[in-house]
Amino acid sequence: MTSPDLLLKAYCTMLLARRLEEKITAIYRAGGIAGGVYVGRGQEALSAALGHSLRRGVDIFAPLIRDQAGRLAFGEDPAEGPRTYLGRATGPMRGRDGNVHRGRPSEGMPAMISHLGTMTSVVCGMLLARRMQGRETGVGATSLGDGATSTGAFHEGLNLAAVEKLPLVMVVANNQYAYSTPTSRQFVCADLVDKAVGYGIQGHTCPGNDLSECLNTIGKAVADARGGGGPQLIVAPFLRLSGHGEHDDAFYVDPALREGPLGRDCVDIAREQVLASGAADEETLATMAGEIADIVATATATAQKDPLPDPYAETWQALKTSCPA
Amino acid sequence: MSEINYIDAIRKALHDAMADDPGVFLYGQDIGAFGGAFKATKGLYETFPGRVLDCPISEDAMSGLALGAAIEGMRPVIEMQFADFSTVGLNQIINNCATHFYRTGIPAPVVFRLPSGGTPGSGPFHSQSMEALYAHYPGLIVFTPATVADAYSMLREAIAIDDPVIFCEHKLLYRWLKEDSIRGDGLPWHRARVARVGKHATVVTHAAMVHEALRAADQLSEDGWEIEVVDLRCAKPLDRTTILGSLARTGRLLALGEAFPFGGVTAEVVSIAATEGFELLDAPPQRLNSRDTPIPYQPDLWRAHRPTAESIQAALRRLLAF
Ligand SMILES: Cc1ncc(C[n+]2csc(CCOP(=O)(O)OP(=O)(O)O)c2C)c(N)n1
Ligand SMILES: [Mg+2]
Repeated sequence: MTSPDLLLKAYCTMLLARRLEEKITAIYRAGGIAGGVYVGRGQEALSAALGHSLRRGVDIFAPLIRDQAGRLAFGEDPAEGPRTYLGRATGPMRGRDGNVHRGRPSEGMPAMISHLGTMTSVVCGMLLARRMQGRETGVGATSLGDGATSTGAFHEGLNLAAVEKLPLVMVVANNQYAYSTPTSRQFVCADLVDKAVGYGIQGHTCPGNDLSECLNTIGKAVADARGGGGPQLIVAPFLRLSGHGEHDDAFYVDPALREGPLGRDCVDIAREQVLASGAADEETLATMAGEIADIVATATATAQKDPLPDPYAETWQALKTSCPA
Repeated sequence: MSEINYIDAIRKALHDAMADDPGVFLYGQDIGAFGGAFKATKGLYETFPGRVLDCPISEDAMSGLALGAAIEGMRPVIEMQFADFSTVGLNQIINNCATHFYRTGIPAPVVFRLPSGGTPGSGPFHSQSMEALYAHYPGLIVFTPATVADAYSMLREAIAIDDPVIFCEHKLLYRWLKEDSIRGDGLPWHRARVARVGKHATVVTHAAMVHEALRAADQLSEDGWEIEVVDLRCAKPLDRTTILGSLARTGRLLALGEAFPFGGVTAEVVSIAATEGFELLDAPPQRLNSRDTPIPYQPDLWRAHRPTAESIQAALRRLLAF
C-alpha cells in the first residue's frame, strides 16, 4: 500500500504540473509561444508516480511528451518548461530546442528528440556505461505512448535492454490515441503488456489514471529493476484529456471513452485518494493549491523576464571540436 | 620489417585506444570471440574482457546506446557490419548523436566504423560509400582514410575527438593495402594530403579512389603529364586550403569519388573550386563518380560502374585538352 505521505506528495506534483501546463497553454493562446504546446493532461498520475519512484542523482529518467509531472517529481525546476517553451537563453536548451525537447543529460535526464522510441536505447547506453564503469547504475526509466510502441526503435531498444539485462523501466502510457489514430490502427494484440513475454522481461499493468495503483505498480517495478530483475514493462491505460497538442480539439475521440472509466480525470481520483488516506483535509489542500498557484506564477514570470538568445552572438558551432578551414 | 595492412592498422588503433583509455569500448555484431566480419577486432575480446560486446542486429539501438554511453563519459566505438546497414541506425546518428552537442552542450564522443565501398561480388547492399549522406548533417565529422598509416592515426584521432565521427574504412583496402609501418607523416586529421605532386591537373579524391587516381597519374606520366593527387582524408570538414593551394599550382580540377554522382563530396569540391578558386582555373572543373544506378554484383559490371584508373585517365585527358 502506498503511504499517505507519498500520495500527497505525488498529488501535489500532479496539480503543479496541471496548473503549470494550463498557464503555458494560456501563454500559447495569447500568441506568446512559437510552435506547439503538448500537455500531459490525464497522464499526471502515471507520470508523477514514475518520477517519485526514482531517485535523482542515482537514477536516470528520460521523459517524453506528456511527462511534465514526472519531470517535476524528478526535480526539474518548474521554470525549465516555461523557459524552454519561450526559447529563453537561460533554459537548458538555450533556444536551440523547444517545448518538451529538454533535459539535463549530465544530471540523469536526457533531452528527448522528436523521433518516437529513440530514447529507449539512449537510456540503455547510459545504464551500460555505468555498469562498465563499475558505478551504481541506478534504474533507467523512460516512457512512451501507445503509438510509439509501433516503432522499430521501441522494439530494438527493449530487446537490447533485455539482452544486456539492464535495469530499464519502460512505461507505456496507453492513452488510446496517437495524435488522431486509435489503438486499433496501431496494434492488434489483446494487451500491450503481453509484449513483455516476447522480450523475456517482466510485465506490469495498472490503470493509468489511478495514482495509488500507479505508485504501487511502478514502485514495485522500479524495485524489481533495482534488485536485478532486468527490464520492466509497465502498461497503463487511460485517456488523453487534451488534444494531441493545444492546436487540436480532439474531435475524433470516442465519447464513450470520455464517459467510461478510462476517461476519469486522474487529478480527481488522486484528490479522493489523498482525502481518504487522511494525509490531508480539504483545508490543507486549499492551502496547497494556493502555494501551487504562486509557484506557477513565479516560474512563468521568471521565464518571461529571462533573456532571449542573441542571434548575433550565436556561435553556430555544431561541433565541440574546432578545426581550421 | 613485417608488413602491416589496412585492417591490421584498424585493429591496432582499436587495441591501442582501449589500452590507453578505459572508457573506450566496442559494440557491434559478431565482434567478440568471432573477431568481426572482417576480423577488425580479432583478439580484442580476449585482451579486453567485458569491453568488446556482441550485440543484436539492431543498428538503431546500437547507435542510440552509443549516445547514452557517451553521455555517461564513455567513448564507444560502434562497428556497423557493413556501411550499408548504418542506414538502419541513421535516425539515431543524424538526429540524436549529431544534434546532441548543439542542443544540450554535452558532447557526444562516439565513433561509427563503416566498412565502406565496393569490392567485386559485393552487390548493391554491401558496397556503398556513405560519406556524403553523413557529411550532409551538421554535428558529424566524416573520415575517409586511404592509407595504412591514416587508418591507424585517424582512427586514434576519431576516438579522441569529442564529437561523433563517421569512420569510413574502405573494404577494398583492408587486405590489399600493405605498408612497412603504420608510421605516418603526422598530418592532423583535418588536413588533406598532397599524395602526388604535379603541375598540369589536380585530382581531388579520397579513400580507395586515391589509389586509382595514382595509377592513372602514373599512366599519364608516360606521356609527360604531371598530375597532382590530393587525398582529402577527411570528407567533412573539407580542407579548402589544400584544395585551393593545389588548384593554384595546376589550374585544372578533376573531383573524383566512388560514391553516387548526385551531390556528395565531389560536388562540394567543385563548388569550392568554382566559388573560391574561380580565378585559379584554366578549365571548367570536372567530376567523376560512380554511375547513377545501384551498385551491380557481377564483377565486370561493378568495374564499369565505379571509376577506374582507365576512366580517370580518360577524364583527365579531356580536362588537359581543354
Ligand atoms: C518516429 C516519429 N514519427 C512520427 C512522429 C510525429 N508524432 C509526434 S507525437 C505522435 C503521436 C504519438 O502517439 P503516442 O505514442 O501514443 O503518444 P501520445 O502523444 O499519445 O502521448 C506522432 C505521430 C514522431 N514524433 N516520431
Ligand atoms: Mg497515445
